Parts: sequence; C-alpha cells; structure tokens
Amino acid sequence: MQLRPLAVCAIIFFTAGLAISSFAGFREFIPGLLEGGLITIQITLGGAVVAIVMALLGAMAKMYGIGPIRWIAVAYIEVFRGTSALVQLFWLFFVLPHFGIVLDPMTVAIVALGLNIGAYGAEVIRGAVNSVPRGQWEASVALNMPRALSLRRIILPQAFVAMIPPWGNLFIELLKATALVSLITISDLTFRAQQMNQITFRTVEIFTIVLIVYLALSVLITVGMRTLETFAARGIARGR
Amino acid sequence: MLWDWNYVWEIMPALLRASIVTVQATLLGFVLAAVLGLIFAILRMSRSNWISIPTAGFVEFIRSTPVLIQIFFVFFVFPEFGIVLPAMVAGVIALGLHYGTYCSEVYRAGLENIPRGQWEASIALNLSPYITFRDIIIPQAIPPVIPALGNYLVALFKETPLLSAIAVLELMQTAKILGSENFRYVEPMTLVGGFFLVMSIVAAAGIRQVEAYLNRTLRNPGGAR
Repeated sequence: MQLRPLAVCAIIFFTAGLAISSFAGFREFIPGLLEGGLITIQITLGGAVVAIVMALLGAMAKMYGIGPIRWIAVAYIEVFRGTSALVQLFWLFFVLPHFGIVLDPMTVAIVALGLNIGAYGAEVIRGAVNSVPRGQWEASVALNMPRALSLRRIILPQAFVAMIPPWGNLFIELLKATALVSLITISDLTFRAQQMNQITFRTVEIFTIVLIVYLALSVLITVGMRTLETFAARGIARGR
Repeated sequence: MLWDWNYVWEIMPALLRASIVTVQATLLGFVLAAVLGLIFAILRMSRSNWISIPTAGFVEFIRSTPVLIQIFFVFFVFPEFGIVLPAMVAGVIALGLHYGTYCSEVYRAGLENIPRGQWEASIALNLSPYITFRDIIIPQAIPPVIPALGNYLVALFKETPLLSAIAVLELMQTAKILGSENFRYVEPMTLVGGFFLVMSIVAAAGIRQVEAYLNRTLRNPGGAR
C-alpha cells in the first residue's frame, strides 16, 4: 500500500538523477563522490553489524541479566540514547587517546555509530520480545524447555517479524548518521562533498548529487527491509 | 591527572553560556518544526493529488537524507540564490525543516484518528474547511500526539551539536575550541556528554508527566493513540 508512492518517488528521483548526471557540470564530481559513497556504505554495514550485536546483548542483559549485568545494560542504553551521536563520536575520537587507546577514525566511526544505534535497537528488541504473547512462554515451560532454548527457538523467531520495520527505520537513521563521520576526518560522501565544494565552489551541483545519493541508499534500505519482512512474515502466518 | 577539576571550573562558565545557544537553537527549531509539520500534514491530506503527492515526496526526501547535508545545503547553497543567512539561522531552518517532516507524520496520525463523523458533522453544519480545521479537528487531533512531539523535541535537542559543523558557537563547538586551546579534550567532551544526558533524562521525565496529565484530562481510557 505504501510501496506504490515509494516506487513512484524512487522512479522520479532515479530519472532526475540520470538526467542530472548526464550534464557535464555534474559529471566531473561523480567519481569522487561515488568513492566517498563507498566509504559511507562500508560504515553503514559495519555499524549495522555492531548495532545488531550490541542491541541483542543489551536487550538480553536488560531483560534477563542478573544485578550488575543488568545495571550495565541499562546504563549503556540510557547513556547512548540520552546523548547526541556527534558527542559520542567526538568523545571516542578525542578522549579515548588520553586513556591510551588510539583507534583509527574508521574504527571509531563504526564503533560509535554502532553503539549509538545499538542502544536504540536494544529497546526495539525488548519491545518486540515483550509483544510475543505470554502463552508462548507458558507453552514452552509446559514442554519443559529450558529458558534459553525457548527464547532461542520460540520467542525470538516470533519477535523477529515484529522488529523488522523498526530496524528498517534504525538502519536509515544509521545511514543518515554516517554523515557525521565527515567531522572526524573520514573521507565519506559528505567529506568529499565539502572538499570539492571548497575547491570548485560548485555548491549547488555537489550538494544536490549528495542528497540524491543518500536518498537512493535509503530507498534501497527501505525496499530491502520490506522484502525481508514479506519473507519473514510468511512462515509465521502459516504457523498461526 | 586524567581529570582536572580546576580545568573543569575554568571552562564551566563558557560551556554554560554556550548551552544557552544550544537551548535557543532547540526551541526555535522546534517551533519551526511544529508549525511546518502541521502544514505538511494538512497538505499531505489534501484531496487533490497535485498537492498531496508532491508534499509526500518532499517529506520522504527530507526524511531520508542526513540532516547534516541539509544544514550544509541551507548554509552553502542558499547564498548561491542570493539568500545569505547567518549560521545560526541557517542551522535552525535546516533542523526545523528536517524535524518538521517527522512532526508531520505525528500530526497525520493525530488527524487520521479523528472519527469521520466529526468531518461529516461539520459539513452538515455548513462549516467552511478552514473553520472545521481550526475549531473542530485541530483541537481534538493535537493533544493526544503531544507526547510523541515531545520525543522529537528531545531528538532535535540531541541534533543541535551538528550546528558546530557550520561554526555556530553552541555547546559542541565551544567544547572543541576549548579542547584545542588547552590540548585537553577529556573534560570539555565529557561535560558536554553529561549535559546532554542530564537534559535528555529531565526532558524525558517531563514528557512522561505531560503524557500522564493528558491521559487523565482527555479521559480516554482506550488510549489516545
């Protein structure tokens, strides 16, 4: 239902992008920007992996952890949701070296953004797990399943379907947040755009292309997540 | 050695002054977002496809591109068309526009929750569309979505450090300058992080209060959303 306007938008922007990229004025910027785009994609993918791992750990620790482990998880989630992504990025970039931990900017970017999105993701996972009906837990107790097993085999697969749409939003947030890494000297799409802007002063062309590239990437994420959702929901629908 | 309290007290006044700029940017941006969001939401609900589809496309476009680029766009591209804005104004416009598109989705949910009968009753009473919106629909649609808008206020607040990229002297930029003057980043960065954390937690608690208050006053046991 919502896919149609999306597809229309995608087609319009794609044709607009094609038209724009065929102008000579735009063409000279495209190779450099695409190189930057590659870095952006790398950080998004790396950040997504970190985010998923941290979200799972965070959510499990917050829901089922004992005392101190739970507090750590709660503190992690609150701190990373409560402060800006940029502050976290700068903190890891500028402050960690004072403690003797020197990471290269790329690692800082992936870790910082992954931790940030992971904190939001932990709450998403918690919500999704809580949305699984209680009867499922009770049934697995009745079947004499250990807690970990019922979580892994019964609860999480069902929660998985519920958490796909919010994760799609989070991945788009992550993609948009990667623009921040240009401020810690990584030559991603945004950084390249600024660099070229300072050299050529062709501001309108450069920033328009950049916006279109980001849009294309986020439409890609949306379409990918929709597809995943259809696949994941199919098995569940049959089960009920 | 790692944490120097004297340095903390030395930089504190500058950071507090900067935090005022941060709060100003947040509030101005949010007022803009709240107004633009309502306009987008109403335009998107328009019965004419010529209005609703371009609005929807614009909203989706803004929503799915990074706000940092939009800040650069307003700051660097607008001057090419003769609109030269100070950094602060450009930043507030970009943030307001970006969050306006988020708010428009919130308003849309509120507007779509109004029962059809309210529209039909206003038509039956021969009210003009403008009067219907102003006196019937908006007063019912807005209060239930205030908590959701509050969440975006906090989110907007956490985006204000982006303004440091166009050299607005807000908290982050001040911390960076202090850090580079003294070659000590630990204290300013940590203080900025702490400031944001405290403000977000306080704001989130405030939103919960408002939510509880609204649930009581709206007398809507089924839940407003």
